[in-house]
Amino acid sequence: MAGGTVGIVLVSHSREVADSAAALAVALAGAGPDTPVAAAGGTPDGGLGTSSELIAGAAAAVDRGAGVAVLVDLGSAVLTVKALLAEGDELPPDTRLVDAPFLEGAIAAVVTASAGGGLDAVEAAASEAYGYRKV
Amino acid sequence: MLDAEFFRRWLTATAALVDREAARLTELDSAIGDADHGANLQRGFTAVTEALAKDAPDTPGAVLVLAGGQLISKVGGASGPLYGTLLRRTGKELGDAAEVTPGQFAAAFAAGVEAVARLGGAQAGDKTMLDALEPAVAALGASTDTFATARDAAGQGARDTVPLRARKGRASYLGERSIGHEDPGAASSALLLTALAGAVA
Repeated sequence: MAGGTVGIVLVSHSREVADSAAALAVALAGAGPDTPVAAAGGTPDGGLGTSSELIAGAAAAVDRGAGVAVLVDLGSAVLTVKALLAEGDELPPDTRLVDAPFLEGAIAAVVTASAGGGLDAVEAAASEAYGYRKV
Repeated sequence: MLDAEFFRRWLTATAALVDREAARLTELDSAIGDADHGANLQRGFTAVTEALAKDAPDTPGAVLVLAGGQLISKVGGASGPLYGTLLRRTGKELGDAAEVTPGQFAAAFAAGVEAVARLGGAQAGDKTMLDALEPAVAALGASTDTFATARDAAGQGARDTVPLRARKGRASYLGERSIGHEDPGAASSALLLTALAGAVA
């Protein structure tokens, strides 16, 4: 777990949602262009759904050796990441499905990762976003 | 004894049934889901038959593991990881034996269904595929004679989901409105068991 920044993967049923959430998180975090954040939204042909290939590709692309935090939206996104994790060898070592609200969690995760936090700190920050009440 | 050829026959027959019933599955899913269950499973099982034709794995376990991986990577909806996990876990339980007994298959399939329940955090009565799969598991026994009983139990289990209120998956957002419709996942699971019974030579 030496060096490297924790990688963040954002999995949504929609390519636009995942891409936009990633762009927003990077911008709000004031993170640099080299912050390892990748979006895996929709199916490879651009339709709505979840793609294990896009997820595995995104996770490999952001892996800097410090672990990868995966944030997901709903249903098949959750189940596909869990199924990939159960397989054991399809995602980088130290890949973790983080239980967090998608957008708020993504921002907290990117802020924490770009500040040098480890995988545990990234997970804690993202999960804490559930505690922020809006009303 | 059941060999790799039996399991290939099972999955090919499932693909054919899914093809035939895709419109009905999608219709069921349009009532309480997002109307893609038939098309999603069709895409997944088409990939399964293509992969099996190309790779021709020579043990029951390898056939099921290959098929499960295809479903997870090709489906795009929740049925992919769920059916993928069912087949892959069952395949892994069978190990690398060249042939398995019906009893060994029954035990492995039970482990596969258990893995599906864990993955989805669901149980029988939640109006999911488990409502067809669990009665099938209970019916499977030490001889292939029980496969037809399992088929009937799964079909009955699927029909029994009609009055249930969904507690898992997208249909659960509908609350009371999910009542009165057969669960599409239970219906497709019944097809899987129909194909299993039909694969017995």
